[in-house]
Amino acid sequence: MKPNTAYEEDIQSIRSLMERSVKFLSLSGLSGVLAGVYALLGASLAYTIIYQPATPFDYHDQGIKEITITYRLILIAVGVLVASLATGYAMALRKSKKLGTKIWDTTSKRLLINLSVPLLSGGIFILILLMQGYYLIAVPASLIFYGLALINASANLFDEVRYLGYTEIILGLISAVFMGYGLYFWTFGFGVLHIVYGLVMYKKYDQ
Amino acid sequence: MKNPFENLDKILEHRLRLQIVSVLSANESYDFNALKELLAATDGNLATHLKALEREKYISVNKSFVDRKPNTRYKVTERGRNAFKKHLDAMEELIKQQRK
Repeated sequence: MKPNTAYEEDIQSIRSLMERSVKFLSLSGLSGVLAGVYALLGASLAYTIIYQPATPFDYHDQGIKEITITYRLILIAVGVLVASLATGYAMALRKSKKLGTKIWDTTSKRLLINLSVPLLSGGIFILILLMQGYYLIAVPASLIFYGLALINASANLFDEVRYLGYTEIILGLISAVFMGYGLYFWTFGFGVLHIVYGLVMYKKYDQ
Repeated sequence: MKNPFENLDKILEHRLRLQIVSVLSANESYDFNALKELLAATDGNLATHLKALEREKYISVNKSFVDRKPNTRYKVTERGRNAFKKHLDAMEELIKQQRK
């Protein structure tokens, strides 16, 4: 038998251990905000590419133009993704140093697997559809698969990530109804939502 | 009135053993090195208590090789999970009684 305070300490240590062993606490909310900013920049770049005034010369090779536009848009999307991942990693590294935890452990490996399965299958699926000329499907599909990836990984992350995942899926379904307004939905889903949820998480966990 | 001390689990009264079972309850499985790091325990100390938990059939052990290095993974058993729950309830009861 132990004194009662020892049991309270036991419970305290269990609570913290269970959370630390499951959740990847090094994720910084600020990296979400920056990912949103990159998405906004990428979206405005995409906007100018898509809606730039057509010159009389463009009229003849409309087909070729469409293909180069698609490639440029894919390039922008990949650029936004890579910049966001790099920022997320760099900021997680900084935060984990501050917290005195390791960034590469069982939890982060699990997180990576949980995140990449839906993300990669969705990414490949979208690329195949794009190659077959189904351009309009890209935005709803990317929002829905991204939302599914977040929900799948949310067990290892803060609770807010799960809500972000649900929001992305709902947005993706709505954008499937309003085909043709893809860029606006994409901008909202990857830009605005990241900034909003990033700020919430930053306020809650980083300060 | 029954005495909540009776419900405490003798095996889990030890802090490190309780910590091991709580980590394994929250995760599908955990390997030796990750446990060691998380709990900041020494090899010998951790091994001793893992053995004790294994003997009580609170946890199961799975030895394999990853990249030719031995890798030992632990899982909590149904028996261990029940013991953990009962022990938590007993601790909660004790703390409640103290506060009255």
